[in-house]
Amino acid sequence: MTTTTLPDYDAAVAAFEPVIGLETHVELGTNTKMFCGCPTDFGGEPNTRVCPVCLGLPGALPVANKAAIEATIRIGLALNCSIATWCRFARKNYFYPDMPKNFQISQYDEPLCVDGYLDVEVDGRTVRIGIERVHLEEDTGKTLHVGGATGRIHGATESLVDYNRAGIPLVEIVTKPVPGAGALAPEIARAYVTELRDILRGLGVSDVRMEEGSLRCDVNTSLNRPGEEWGTRTETKNVNSLRSVERAVRSEIIRQAAVLESGGRIIQETRHFSEETGDTRPGRSKEEATDYRYFPEPDLVPLAPDPQWVEELRAALPEAPRVHRKRLQEAWGLSDLDMRSVVNAGAVELIEQTVAAGATAAAARKWWLGELARRANEDGIELSAVGATPAQVAELQTLVDGGKLNDKLARVVLEGVIAGEGSPTAVMEARGLAVVSDTGALTAAVDEAIAANPDVAAKVRDGKVAAAGALVGAVMKTTKGQADAKTVRELILERLGAN
Amino acid sequence: MAAISRDEVAHLARLSRLAVTEQELDTFAGQLDVILQAVARVGEVAAAEIPPTSHSVPLTNVLREDVVINCLTREEALAGAPDVEADRFRVPRILDEEA
Repeated sequence: MTTTTLPDYDAAVAAFEPVIGLETHVELGTNTKMFCGCPTDFGGEPNTRVCPVCLGLPGALPVANKAAIEATIRIGLALNCSIATWCRFARKNYFYPDMPKNFQISQYDEPLCVDGYLDVEVDGRTVRIGIERVHLEEDTGKTLHVGGATGRIHGATESLVDYNRAGIPLVEIVTKPVPGAGALAPEIARAYVTELRDILRGLGVSDVRMEEGSLRCDVNTSLNRPGEEWGTRTETKNVNSLRSVERAVRSEIIRQAAVLESGGRIIQETRHFSEETGDTRPGRSKEEATDYRYFPEPDLVPLAPDPQWVEELRAALPEAPRVHRKRLQEAWGLSDLDMRSVVNAGAVELIEQTVAAGATAAAARKWWLGELARRANEDGIELSAVGATPAQVAELQTLVDGGKLNDKLARVVLEGVIAGEGSPTAVMEARGLAVVSDTGALTAAVDEAIAANPDVAAKVRDGKVAAAGALVGAVMKTTKGQADAKTVRELILERLGAN
Repeated sequence: MAAISRDEVAHLARLSRLAVTEQELDTFAGQLDVILQAVARVGEVAAAEIPPTSHSVPLTNVLREDVVINCLTREEALAGAPDVEADRFRVPRILDEEA
């Protein structure tokens, strides 16, 4: 192996042009599996969501789920695809125990939806990502490798298989190659998956949870020198968050550039992304093209979606996320630049829900882009995973607006909420963080401060109101920050007759 | 000309995880060739206006509603398993084919 030091990213994209492509798998949120009536709920005990069809028992016959076909067509329409007027399922044959039938029912040369596009915004410009195809297939079972030290297949002696997931409807969305992305390739890849996720969520066809695997992404990357043909691509799997999509493309560009710069060649292979190290490791080599011996699935009759049905589905599509964002931007009174920072922070929906829970747009934005974004950054996680919900943020703001918390105390309460100590009100009460609103106690603290600082008090009496700051500070100190500074100030001025 | 080569038979045997001897390869290549030649005769009557047939019944859109039915119990599901561990089907490892 080469031990060449990696060039930095800027050098890599200065010398080479990246071409990326993305394959996204989405588990549909139907009640039942693709070809049988087993439920699709997450987290059942192993092998309790199975029947003769999804176990591939002799004589069992599949029947396609109408809701899954409908969801796939809606996804295709939302991605500006043409919908096939006639298409078939195909058998993808392979020798691996994650499918009990020894094949997976998929679609091959006749996908349900073809030739669409998705516009994404990156760095203030709109990039059109071509969609090659959207097809329907069934998910595989989960294998657990045992007998080895690592839990991975190498070194394992046995595999344990749970078929609960086998047969869950899975939609595969494949982009056309995206050339010309240049240094923005990682951001474009991330923006595409983000936009796609928002569209899928808006359609209500999947819960699109990357961390639970209901949205999975494979990233293809190749490099070529300017003017030369596209290079050999690698396929990076195991990319389980939006942030990882960006990191995976970036690290693969750097790795490939290092190989090419040192005179090596890129092998067409599957690589695995590591969340810990942020780089990719080789998996199965694809030098020998896989031979899946696809053929039309004889147990399922062809699909011929009625064009009138397709048009009805098209007419009933929800507002596209881009259009929705534009409307929110106007309602929130944000500039393009401000809105972009909201989008980039992954805060659109969070702010929207916080506003729906009763906060003003300005307050919601302040929390999500301020304290919470800082926390998410520090912990290297998505903003939505930071540990506070929109309802909690709205509740926190209500406490601030009602004078029960000041900004400083609110931030402490938020820490408690993130730490899982309960709702903002519960944290405030449990930790005794409420603003001291008992006027008697405050007045006592004010009088004490005045008595302890006669010089300052005298200046304030003489009209030097600015000097009152020192007294406010003293009161805040005795109340451990739990007083409202404005109230304290008013109280001091009142006591000293300087109002 | 043969409809299938000895190399193709060897490739299919490997994909099917069948341990086929050199001598068996010769035998099977010959037998499969006879079968394929016979099936290929269909092509002689298939004119350009006859599309390839994948399904013998002229049906489309056989779909079911998205309604849950009863599954097998885990005991039933695992009854035919060659081996069971931790409520899962236990099978030999498959190397170099991680999907």
